[in-house]
Amino acid sequence: MAGETQTVSEYIVHHLTNLTYGKLPAGYERYDGSVVGEGGAWVMAHGGEEAAAMGFNAIHVDSMAWSIGLGIIFCWLFRRMAVKATTGVPSGMLNAVEMIVDFVDGTVRDTFHGRNKLVAPLALTIFVWVFLMNLMDLIPVDLIPHTLMLLGVEYQKIVPSTDPNITMGMAVGVFILMLYYSIKVKGFGFVKELTMNPFNHWAFIPINLFMEVVGLLAKPFSLGLRLFGNMYAGEMIFILIAALFSAGLAWAVPAGLLQIGWAIFHILVITLQAFIFMVLTIVYLSMAHEDH
Amino acid sequence: MNINLTLIGQMVAFVCFVVFCMKYVWPPLLAAMQEREKKIADGLAAADRANHDLELAKEKAVERLKEAKGEAAGIIDSANKRANQIVEEAKQAATVEADRVKASAQAEIEQETNRAREQLRAQVAALSLAGAEKVLGKSIDKSAHAELVDQLASEL
Repeated sequence: MAGETQTVSEYIVHHLTNLTYGKLPAGYERYDGSVVGEGGAWVMAHGGEEAAAMGFNAIHVDSMAWSIGLGIIFCWLFRRMAVKATTGVPSGMLNAVEMIVDFVDGTVRDTFHGRNKLVAPLALTIFVWVFLMNLMDLIPVDLIPHTLMLLGVEYQKIVPSTDPNITMGMAVGVFILMLYYSIKVKGFGFVKELTMNPFNHWAFIPINLFMEVVGLLAKPFSLGLRLFGNMYAGEMIFILIAALFSAGLAWAVPAGLLQIGWAIFHILVITLQAFIFMVLTIVYLSMAHEDH
Repeated sequence: MNINLTLIGQMVAFVCFVVFCMKYVWPPLLAAMQEREKKIADGLAAADRANHDLELAKEKAVERLKEAKGEAAGIIDSANKRANQIVEEAKQAATVEADRVKASAQAEIEQETNRAREQLRAQVAALSLAGAEKVLGKSIDKSAHAELVDQLASEL
């Protein structure tokens, strides 16, 4: 909730700032007037400006912690169920887990026609992990950040998939796999694919190469930025709705209704985005395996 | 909205989780599910087979029952026939026996009659001789008249 000393725009900016740990360059004047000494300093950033000044040498502690934490929850839960799974009658959580595995397996079978033991587990990891990260979006925007603020943690963004680093990190991972399998399966054919398509003539090689490389690079970018954009926009609307609560009692009721409505709609969005990320990964890897 | 080390961190985490999933989650889960699927399919097939067998057994049982009924009817029939035959035979034997008894009884009666007749005849002869003796007052030469008396007696 926006306090008396905070304007709405400050409130929003505060919510969109990551808890950043990074290296400030030498000579940078910090928020309290102190100047960073020779060789720079690894510190917690105080505000977006300091985080920006850190450049690449910074890490979003909150994004990493939530992302890895949720990944560990995924691994722990699924590993426990994998140990528990027998040929007997499944029950409870095992049913849910098997349903997800079966669903992912079916999707992979439908879309991916090569022989690769990596794709199905990869798809499962992506689907569940991204879903869990998106799910954090449904937690009221102030609940965890505000609680942590009372405990002395200044910034907190609890939805890792609203951080482009997280989504692009996964997309780049997928992109590396795409390149690896393209070269492994097609060998020289991959080069030929990049240079001899769509105009099959040596004179068009530069044009072909340009078009194909742009097309190739567009895949990981669209993959990562689609998820980021959807989740960021969703989170932004949650924050705006939350900001409405500060506009007085008259706004509280419509804001509450909006909150419920958007949350219900968001259940669809987070599942769909996780599914899209998984399906596109499978499709891209499937394309990498297709030899023309 | 800075791109920074988080990207690398996420990539590393991504690889770790995918490898974990590939090694420890996916294979056992899928194996268990496939095995169960097979088990269920086998079970269903077995149930189908059992149903089919049951049907066959029922048919066979009905056939057996019919056969047994037919056999039983045949046995009862032949038993009845045999009983009749036995009764018939017994009747015949009884008739024969009765005839025989009757015949022997008749023969005996005849014999007795004949013997009685003979006795009577002898007594009559003796009586008549005695009578004649008394009438004639003198002794009669038995041997001389025996022939005559016997003749008389046989005419009685």
